[in-house]
Amino acid sequence: MAQKTYAGVTVDLNDEGYFTNPSQWTKEIAMAIAKEEGIDLTEKHFQILNYLRDRFAKGEALSIRGINKSGIVDVKDFYQMFPGAPLKKSTKIAGIPKPASCV
Amino acid sequence: MSIDNSNPIKKVSIICAKGTIEDVYAALVMGNGAVMEGLQANLFFTFFGLEAIMKKRMDKLHTGVVGNPAMRLPGGMRMPTWLGIIPGMEAMVSSMMKKQMDKLDVPPVSEFIELFVAGGGKLYACKLAADMFKVTKEDLSEHVSGIITVGEFYELAGGEGSQIIFT
Repeated sequence: MAQKTYAGVTVDLNDEGYFTNPSQWTKEIAMAIAKEEGIDLTEKHFQILNYLRDRFAKGEALSIRGINKSGIVDVKDFYQMFPGAPLKKSTKIAGIPKPASCV
Repeated sequence: MSIDNSNPIKKVSIICAKGTIEDVYAALVMGNGAVMEGLQANLFFTFFGLEAIMKKRMDKLHTGVVGNPAMRLPGGMRMPTWLGIIPGMEAMVSSMMKKQMDKLDVPPVSEFIELFVAGGGKLYACKLAADMFKVTKEDLSEHVSGIITVGEFYELAGGEGSQIIFT
């Protein structure tokens, strides 16, 4: 359990840097985390982040397939928008726990 | 649990030599999982594994019901071998497997391959197996990068932090 200050707000994170309390998340915090990851967030990024947060809030599992079906972005663009490990990176920026998903 | 991060995996090259649902999915889940983690991934299909990248067959894979001692009936009892030889049993079990996977958001093979390739993964067919089964480029999914020899596979598989996995 750690704490970190993003955009002037102190938030609770786990050892891997994921939020333990998603309600602490704001758009400004997201931009600060994304900057650390080398990503400039666009409106499209926020659509994805909101989608992820929404699904998480409903207790639904997150998967790459789900992203593809979301209608917001196809998988190819998703990989380009969050380069490296897209699902891990996007959930970190979205202020929700790391997805326990194999697909 | 402490994790050793000194020599992380950067690339995996996975060989799939069998064409049952479970063998193909094992390779696809490992490969797609690698891409999701930001690793490079190659999938190499040989022998019966070729079925997984053949346009007309990839979504019609079956699971073997005979000679599989781990096969269970709904309820948990072992499935007797003689039950497996009843006509239609293999198709029924295979369709049940696919339904269960769909519930877990595991896509059909064709869609899984699309996700894998969209993430930067590469698919290859084995030349020897393709020659043997008379499979040509036209039979294969358009996502297959090529029909290659073992030597070419090893060339692709090289590099620091790379691993070869035989499923």
